[in-house]
Amino acid sequence: MSRTWKPDVVVIGAGPAGLGAALAAREAGLREVVLVERDFELGGILPQCIHDGFGSIVFEQVLTGPEYAQRFIERVERSGIEVLLDTMVLELRPDRRVVAVNSRDGVLEMEPGAVVLAMGCRERTRHQVLIPGFRPAGVICAGAAQREINIEGLMPGHRVVILGSGDIGLIMARRFTLEGAEVEGVYEIMDYPGGLTRNLVQCLHDFQIPLHLSHTVTFIHGRKRVEAVTVARVDGNRKPVPGTERLVECDTLVLSVGLIPENELSKKAGVALHPVTGGPVVDELMETSVEGIFACGNVVSVFDLVDYVTFTAQVAGRGAAEFVGGRRRHRGEVPVKPGRNVRFVVPQRLRCLDREVELYFRVERPEKSVQVRVLVDGKPVSSKKARMVRPPEMVRASIPAEALSGQVREVVVEVVPDEKEA
Amino acid sequence: MRRKHEFICINCPLSCTVELFEEDGEVLEVRGNECAVGEKYAVTEFRDPRRRVTTTVRVRGGVLPVVPVATASPVPKRLVREVVRVLASVELEAPVEMGQVVMPDVLGTGVDVIATRPLPSARKGRG
Repeated sequence: MSRTWKPDVVVIGAGPAGLGAALAAREAGLREVVLVERDFELGGILPQCIHDGFGSIVFEQVLTGPEYAQRFIERVERSGIEVLLDTMVLELRPDRRVVAVNSRDGVLEMEPGAVVLAMGCRERTRHQVLIPGFRPAGVICAGAAQREINIEGLMPGHRVVILGSGDIGLIMARRFTLEGAEVEGVYEIMDYPGGLTRNLVQCLHDFQIPLHLSHTVTFIHGRKRVEAVTVARVDGNRKPVPGTERLVECDTLVLSVGLIPENELSKKAGVALHPVTGGPVVDELMETSVEGIFACGNVVSVFDLVDYVTFTAQVAGRGAAEFVGGRRRHRGEVPVKPGRNVRFVVPQRLRCLDREVELYFRVERPEKSVQVRVLVDGKPVSSKKARMVRPPEMVRASIPAEALSGQVREVVVEVVPDEKEA
Repeated sequence: MRRKHEFICINCPLSCTVELFEEDGEVLEVRGNECAVGEKYAVTEFRDPRRRVTTTVRVRGGVLPVVPVATASPVPKRLVREVVRVLASVELEAPVEMGQVVMPDVLGTGVDVIATRPLPSARKGRG
């Protein structure tokens, strides 16, 4: 038998986004906050990210992933938030009804005042990057390899080739090396690295692991287990250049080829997704296109920095509390548009227009000596200089509340050459 | 003898390649850096490069078979692999407390290795 439960808010997913949102909603005064997590413990992906580099903005100190998670977990445990572990959300409907299941309660039906989506993201697989060849064991996504080594205590392979230079791939190049495997090299199809510079230095250079830019894997060899891969240089259109192929013997191919926001539940609820980010279109409260359904963290857009995930989670949690409390007012609808050298901006629209707003965006291409500018109806309202912007590093900008007080038609974020320096 | 060393500064996305010239360990000149942070970074990396080491150690009777650990502060970079190697033979008994010292004064560095999460004991019959 099922029972219907009407909490103030249900938060789906208890990684950094869900932990932050649940705490913020609770601290904003909501009495019944339910945090639903399918794993047996809180923390999401952070417990497997055993390296350090987390929290430099939120805590102003550098923590490992488990340490960052633990700070929130301890607060959640003291907060009176109702935590449902080992619980899978099966369905979310446009009227915010949540259907979940676990082995204690059976089917749980909830009709919360608000929902916060915090499901995070998934890894892009071999099938989404179309690598020809056989289908042997030994082809594994970087995050899955990280889980095997750091959570399950297993070793996925001994001679490793890494495709993609995203941060997880770089981190795993070091991790495999420290665990005694040989990492032959990291191959990146783009002509610039996909990860943060500190990871290039501390994960590759420190261990003399070569990074091959403008290269890709063109074939996977081996019928039962990976025996080798063919690598080749690519041209400006990312097509392999004939004659540059090289056979590399290995037993494992690790893929670090991108992350995709995990939005199966969002789609069922009718939440509008953005074609570039792959996540929900949100406003300055992180409210999606469906009233009372909020979203935060990597389910919205892959943020790279957990600190930014936490910030968006706090906005969503407070937003949910405003909505449930009947205090959320829309004053209009203003699009936030990407301008010169900006690929996308989160949030994509503003509706409350009554507060300072933090914007997160990615550039389209690397550029030196620039100004990051926010324009409200063509007029710059904030600008800052950056010596360099790169697509792998999310950029933050802000709109002061007073810039939104009058009649506003549109906000544009742009990256322009810094003329004074040029 | 005058020698050149190259470092990539990790402090901002600009990622300056900083060249450091030294003679018998004495820094003569730093160039290629766009700002003072890059100079300081290169000098530190040349004189005493340090890294915080993170790895896992085995646990008996825990909810998971391994627990993440880290040096409480950075240790000399040349010892990173050796720290991981000596920790490979450590096995703890659950429960493990957050911050529990897993190995004191690792390799005589004066730095303890600590657990970076709590790891409860496995309860029997957990599905």
